[in-house]
Parts: sequence; C-alpha cells; structure tokens
Amino acid sequence: MSDTYTLYNSTVMDHFMNPRNMGDLKDADGIGEVGAAACGDIMKISLKIKDGKIEDARFKTFGCGSAIASSSMATELIKGRTVEEAMSFSNQEVVSALGGLPPVKIHCSVLAEEALKAALEDYQKKHPLLHTASRTPQLQPMAV
Amino acid sequence: MRHVFLDHQSTTPVLPEVFEAMRPYFTEVFGNPSSLHQHGLRVRDAIAKARSQFATLINAESVDDILFVSGGTEAVNLAVKGVAYANQRKGNHIVVSETEHPAVLSSVEFLEKHGFTTSKVKVNPVGWSDPADVRAAITEKTTLICVHYANHDIGTIQSIQEIGKIATEKGIPFFVDAVASAGWLPIDVQTMGISLLSLTPHRFYGPKGVGVLYRNRRARLVGVQHGGVQEGGRRAGTENVPAIIGGGLAAEIAMREMPTRIAHTAMLQKRLWEGLKKTIPYIKLNGPEPGPQRISTNLNLSTEFIEGEGQLLLCDMNGIAVASGSSCVSKSLKISHVLAAIGLDHALAQGNIIMTLGKDNTEEEVDYVVESFQKIVQKLRGMSPMWDEFEKGIIDSVIKPTGRGKSFSEHAAAVSGKAAH
Repeated sequence: MSDTYTLYNSTVMDHFMNPRNMGDLKDADGIGEVGAAACGDIMKISLKIKDGKIEDARFKTFGCGSAIASSSMATELIKGRTVEEAMSFSNQEVVSALGGLPPVKIHCSVLAEEALKAALEDYQKKHPLLHTASRTPQLQPMAV
Repeated sequence: MRHVFLDHQSTTPVLPEVFEAMRPYFTEVFGNPSSLHQHGLRVRDAIAKARSQFATLINAESVDDILFVSGGTEAVNLAVKGVAYANQRKGNHIVVSETEHPAVLSSVEFLEKHGFTTSKVKVNPVGWSDPADVRAAITEKTTLICVHYANHDIGTIQSIQEIGKIATEKGIPFFVDAVASAGWLPIDVQTMGISLLSLTPHRFYGPKGVGVLYRNRRARLVGVQHGGVQEGGRRAGTENVPAIIGGGLAAEIAMREMPTRIAHTAMLQKRLWEGLKKTIPYIKLNGPEPGPQRISTNLNLSTEFIEGEGQLLLCDMNGIAVASGSSCVSKSLKISHVLAAIGLDHALAQGNIIMTLGKDNTEEEVDYVVESFQKIVQKLRGMSPMWDEFEKGIIDSVIKPTGRGKSFSEHAAAVSGKAAH
C-alpha cells in the first residue's frame, strides 16, 4: 500500500494522533467529567480560570478516535475565552473546526460540549460570588 | 512501514494459483452455465468440478447437496428462511444459539415478524452452548435448529456432533453456520449429523462473491430468491462462475493444507497471547483459552481502561490490521452481541480488540504486534481518565480487582446519569 487511507479526515486524525492539551491541571479551577450513555465513552475537562477568562484547559478521554479528537479540539477552541463566552459553546463549533465528523460520531462532539459545561458549572459552584449575572438557562441556579 | 494483517476473520487474500484458475472464466470461457451450446456446457463442467471440490471439503454425500449462492450471508438466509418456510405446516419454532452471526439472528428476527417463534439458547461465560440446553429448547413445533461451528467473534467451538445427534434423534433439520470455520476446522457433515451448512471461500484464500449452502436431500428447503431454475430451482440467478471455480480450488487446497495451517496458526495464537499477557497488565482473553475449545486463528481481547476504536486506529497507523467489537466501532453504537451474551462487563467490551491469524503470518510479525500493541495501550491509558482514576483508587479493575474504589460501570453511570447498555 503506498497511500494511507484514514477512517476520519486529516484534521480529526491529527487531533487523535497528536492530541492538544492532553492531561490534567493540578490546580484546576473547574473540572467536568461526563459520560455518554449512548456508547459508554467518558470525557474529563479541567480548566484554569483567571479574571473570568479561561487561561488553560486540559482533557482526558476514554473513547474512540473522534471522542479524543473532539476533546482535543474543544480545549483548543475555548482557551482564551471568557466564562460567559464559553457558556454558549456549542458542539457545532467542534464539528466545523474538525472539518466534519461522520454522522454516527456527532455525539462525541456533544460529549465535549457537555464536559466543558460541567467544568464551568464546577467552577461556578466553587466561585459562586463571581458569577451572579449572566448564566445560561440550562444551568442550575446557584444558591445565594 | 511494516504491514501485518490480523483480520483474517473479515477476509483473506486470494491465492495466486486460485486467481490464475479464475482468470479464463472472465474472458475466454465466459459462457452462461444455463446455455445449451458449447460455451455453456464447458462452464457447466467446470462448475461441476467445483461442486465436488466443496463436497470433499465437508464430506457431503452427494455433489448435488452443494448449492452455490452469492456469499455466506445469502447461504445463511436461504438455510434459515428456506427450511422455515418449507416446513411451515409441521411447525413454526426455531432453536437458535444467542451468539450466532447477525446473518442468522436477523434472518430469525425477520421470521419472527412473520409468525415464527424462536428459543435462544444461552451460552456459558466462554461462549459455549450446552447441547442439553439445545435439547431442552426443542418443542413439538420445532422445525430447525441453528448452532454455528466456531464463533465469528470469540472463536468458541460448539459441540456440533452432540447437537447433531440430538437433531437426528428428533428428526429436526440441523443448520450449522460454518462461515467462520470452514477451511480452518475439519468438517464431516455426515458423521456430525449436519443437514445444512453455510460457508464462503473468501475466508480461506478464495474469492469473495460466492457462498455455499450444503443441504442434504432429507432437509426440505424452498428457494427465497425467485427467477430461473439454477441450482436445482433453489437459487435463481446466473452463477458467479469465476468465483465458483476459484472457490472450488481454494477448498481443495484448504483441505490439503488444513493440518499445516491449523498447526501454524495455533502456534502463533499461543505466542501472541502469551506475549500480550506478559507485557500488558489488565488484559483479558475473551472466549476459551487457546486449545481444543477455540479456533486456532482467533484472539479476542479486552484491554481495560481504554476503548477499542482508538486501539484499532493506532494499530492501523502502525501497519497492524485488527477488528473490534466495541460500541464505538459499530454503526449502532452497541457492543458486540456475542460479548454481551457471555456477560462481559461493558467497560471490557468497550476495550475490545479482535486479532485473527492466517497462514502467512510469521513469528516475527507476532513479536512486532506484541511490541507495538504494548506501546499503543500505554499511550491510550495515558490519555484515559479511567486509568488515572484506577491508579488513584477511585475506580477498580474488573480483570484484577484490588478492592479499592467503585466499579467502572457504576462510575460511568454516575457521570453519564444513565447506565451504559
């Protein structure tokens, strides 16, 4: 075989083979771990947040190639965003930044969105006073 | 890069001499065997030879018991539906093992929608169906028993001869799906009490596009594909002549070389499993240990704390072709029904990899696979939150429990808010 054929496009394969931001953050301000009931994959995203801005992000994933690539891409995309901006993050961003995913793998990008939002929720739980204003409706209101 | 093909259960390359034997039937000897002139008659003779080559492979009583179809799936569909419909006046009940190939299970499900009923025979933790359970499942209305020979997924060899005895005693047709074993296990349909058997030569170095249904004359069968009167009126459609010719030769060679092929793959199977077991912690072999209960070509593994598709992709990027029964690999997002049937923990089913050996694999290749696979597992465990949480004592291993932490499944259910199926 002279050519290499791949199951996913070259961007997805690159993020799977050379994942960005893989690992944990020791002094993370927010950690989210979520599982996909559909397939059993598990994704964990850790965030470092300073002055309402995501300074750093890391992921760990138990899942297929596209789940690993989705979490790698999601962490790349959200670095530098404010918490408020990150709250409206959508899996569609991951899908388009990856240049598309097979239809059966779209749920992997949803898992990345959920892991990120779980990490943001965790951050808000830990820092309730910093975030009284803008909150997306699907999140649990904090106790004041 | 090195290329190691370890997916012989999916298919095998066509032997050069088989390819050469097929070649004239595309161009010069192009006749339709149904034609009554020289072109047709010549091809008809060649097909008769292939029929006898296949009959010899399984020791069929008569060459007329060999029906050519388009592949393993069609052979199975014809066997299951053809026997069920032919015996509809006698009964409507089918006994089937729960680890049959989807070709069998889906055919049976189709029949269930059309008034037939089924009893699924359970398997033990290594995937073996107890013949006593087959006997117990038989009712007055049973018109067909379906139990495969070797499992396509975990390589378990079923007790065909014993089930054959029960079927003969009860006078019920016994269909054996041998697609995953023909050419790799000796088959004698007469002494094993088999009435119908499916196989395809592309699993033993013959071409794709042809399958064989053996059916002895005592088993009534109606055609399910209608048209011309090829194959004694039981399978309409012009024969795939080159594939039949090539398949016949592949069967003849498989018959001759079977002892060598079995001995070679059994040696590699042992070497591969021993090597993996020694270098990778928390790895499990699904199905029976290598030996008389397992086909010599198959290893079905679960590597804990990581998922199967990632392993498959990294193997592929290292030139190693393998398969997986993980939910991430299936289009339905479900783990292999065989792994579910043996009661394998969902987390282990997620980490599933299937390696199937062939006659051309070498010891050197096996050693390369062991070395590469160890690195692949290490890389993926480094990325897995489960491995990390296991090391921290938050979750426990299923393969070798430490007694610390909760089970992976409990953990997965907690983080997903729902148990994985």
